[in-house]
Amino acid sequence: MGRSATHVVITGLGPVCGLGVGLEPFWQALTAGTSAIRRIDRFETGSFGCPFASLLPEGFDVRTLVPKSFRKGTKVMARDIEIAVAGAHMAVQSAGLMTRGTEGATSVTIAPERFGAHIGAGLIAADIDELTAALVTSTTTDGKVDLGAWGSGGMNNLTPLWLLKYLPNMLACHVTIIHDCQGPSNTITCGESSALLSLGESMRVIGRGDADACLSGGAESRVNQMGLMRNWYSGRLRNMPAGAQGPELVRPFDAEACGSVLGEGGGILVVESAESAARRGKAPLAQLAGFGASQSVCADTMGMDLSQSGEDIAAAIESALDDAGMSASDIDAIVPTGCAVPEVDAGERAALERVFGTRLASLPIATVVPNAGFCGAGTGALAACAGVQMLATQSIPARLNAAATPGLDAAAAVSRPAALRAVLVLTTSLGGQNAAIILRRAS
Amino acid sequence: MSVRIVVTGMGWVTPLGHDLEGVWGRMMRSECGMAPITRFDARTFPTTFAAEVRDYDVNAFVKHPQAHATAGLNSKYALGAARQAWAQAGLDERPAPSLRRVGMYLGAGEGVIDTANYFAANVAGWDAASNRVGGAWFDAAQRMLDRAREVEQEPNMPLAHLAREFGIRGPSYNCLTACAASTQAIGEACSILRRGDADAMLAGGSHPMIHPLGITGFNRLTALSTFKGDPTKASRPFDIGRDGFVMGEGSGMVVLETLEHAMARGATPLAELMGYGSSADAFRITDIQPDGRGAAAAMTQALAQAGIDPHKRLDDGRPPIQYISAHGTGTKENDSIETIGVKRVFGELAPSIPMSSIKSMMGHLIAAAGAVEFITCVQSIRHGMLPPTINYANPDPELDLDYVPNTARAAKVDTCLSNSFGFGGQNDTVIVTRWRGA
Repeated sequence: MGRSATHVVITGLGPVCGLGVGLEPFWQALTAGTSAIRRIDRFETGSFGCPFASLLPEGFDVRTLVPKSFRKGTKVMARDIEIAVAGAHMAVQSAGLMTRGTEGATSVTIAPERFGAHIGAGLIAADIDELTAALVTSTTTDGKVDLGAWGSGGMNNLTPLWLLKYLPNMLACHVTIIHDCQGPSNTITCGESSALLSLGESMRVIGRGDADACLSGGAESRVNQMGLMRNWYSGRLRNMPAGAQGPELVRPFDAEACGSVLGEGGGILVVESAESAARRGKAPLAQLAGFGASQSVCADTMGMDLSQSGEDIAAAIESALDDAGMSASDIDAIVPTGCAVPEVDAGERAALERVFGTRLASLPIATVVPNAGFCGAGTGALAACAGVQMLATQSIPARLNAAATPGLDAAAAVSRPAALRAVLVLTTSLGGQNAAIILRRAS
Repeated sequence: MSVRIVVTGMGWVTPLGHDLEGVWGRMMRSECGMAPITRFDARTFPTTFAAEVRDYDVNAFVKHPQAHATAGLNSKYALGAARQAWAQAGLDERPAPSLRRVGMYLGAGEGVIDTANYFAANVAGWDAASNRVGGAWFDAAQRMLDRAREVEQEPNMPLAHLAREFGIRGPSYNCLTACAASTQAIGEACSILRRGDADAMLAGGSHPMIHPLGITGFNRLTALSTFKGDPTKASRPFDIGRDGFVMGEGSGMVVLETLEHAMARGATPLAELMGYGSSADAFRITDIQPDGRGAAAAMTQALAQAGIDPHKRLDDGRPPIQYISAHGTGTKENDSIETIGVKRVFGELAPSIPMSSIKSMMGHLIAAAGAVEFITCVQSIRHGMLPPTINYANPDPELDLDYVPNTARAAKVDTCLSNSFGFGGQNDTVIVTRWRGA
């Protein structure tokens, strides 16, 4: 029994990424060991050194995942918002909840003022085609943007609601409107740790009795020109070897790891008090037993290089274990960030060695990034969905690509059954925020 | 008895200056920080003025200038405000026993876009035939953009800089809930302390949005004032002629601690944080709940947490809250609905509670606004003075509360409430009271 007075459980999963929309295609692909990473064909990538990504499946259409009355709202959704809205739809369905957003529902199964939302988001880049089409109306003869012309009329080529597509809190805004979540709501913007920090907030809010359930997670799509460049600058993406095809590139914890590949994706989970789930007769998928967070102090300030952050990252894990009233020996599997950026892998490995000692070599590690890409603020949500499903199915998903990972059970392998009592999910971020949650098998 | 949370340090970087008492003095004199925009040529924009931070040098505030050499304005403002708060809290002389037990909760915005180079790369990459940006964009971008300048735009970079400057290693968060962000950050930091996840928190916000796309975005939404006269008269909260907010920029930071932690290290509490409330409108993407329900829910929760009955006067006849720092943006909709919300919560006591908007003087600091307004509340208690709503010339007949028009006022203030409401329907309220001893 942890420090929380109220048991908090996970009752719904809504992963959305290149592997598919919803739990079934996601888990099927992780189990089978398939990857959605491929050459980017949505826009031209010119001379860019890592022109690969995991893209949402063809035919993804958010309009089919919102109530008819909200279809107009989909016109002002950046891709990040679409992923969050789709994830919330799938999570609500998975949890068997009926909300204002449930088509045909005659009543709701959760009180709006007791329903919260904590959704991690990234820095959303403006649609470059839309912006540039407006900018080129205001250029001088030498091809520069003339701010005078822009101010006096050029900007009117942008739709009045342009800004609202790109505010990070619009993920939560759309989700709370669709599902009528009037309770505590927040938007965490801490890079790749955003989703786990959001799950932690939901856990705390429910634990202190301020909500019965929350839609919680994160979503992001940096698969656009600025997103690729920024991840290049932060060292996430690197030149890929000549002849690389894509899917084989991401090799977490492998000595030969050479950088990550982006994905668009994320997910929403339904986090709920055990009492609320019991009241409506919903069996929990897992217990959210512990949460911990910490900040790395990095020599490069910006936190691109986390290789020396083992102690700081370990502090988040230890705090989550303490919160759950558990010790390292209670953990049977780990889902780390595992992004195959060597400096990030090194920091995570050092932290895990610190916490688990010699037992680490025999602890199975699950990796999601080789399958779904590195999904920014959505990363932790996909990792958490995988962790919950590992407990529910008592199995470890397949692993791709990594050849040799000395001291870690992280090399390529097929899916296998495993007796799992508890799973640690861990993320680190550019900027140095570390977050860990402990998921326990539902009793 | 729940854990008591005290404020032990405060700092701000604002269009009215970058020191606690200097800025306060300017507000007491009804000074205004608005002027024509100097950051870029905005002469043809619908809005040509803003409230800019002036004469600010981050190196005056940091001990490790090299570590912040590439910092964006979001981080630079945060560093200056945080250093003031850290110093006032005496955290150098009487340090926290463990920096692992010190966390951060910021409501910081993104950094300033490298507009000239970003625009130029976009135009260079434009393929008119397909009406799209083509592969040439990547060549142009790699030639024109600067690595550090791009990475520093991430909204969590202020956390990274503050961690490096002060060695903070506890739980750290950045929330970006638009204009409500830093009030939410202070409230959430308080929740973290109450739960025992940390002993002290640096909380606040930072936001620099005075750049061409920032002004463009809010101009397109018609949220900014397009006043044609003297910019210092542009922001007119609660006045019938109000026509939008004026963009400001800067940062506000506070040190919050559990009382136990503050006492153990011999710190002097400046005020006590009593309550926090947060709600979502869940209404529409662009509009606020017209009946003030969302705003009222946040205020009601905060009052309940503080144990304050909004309808009961104190023994000396004063209302239970003696000052409200309004969100008070100066848009038609906000000021009306905030007034309705306050009446909904306080009923017949509402007209007896002074409520002003310092945005009339320093503009709207967006994500940082709430923290700066929270500090204003603490200053009101400490100085027994209320900051005014300036430019209040023509009352709106439907807005009939006491907006502290035009001049600062002496008042016995013990307990204040600060509101922040964000685009997207986020409502947050915090309540702070006079430190009366342990």
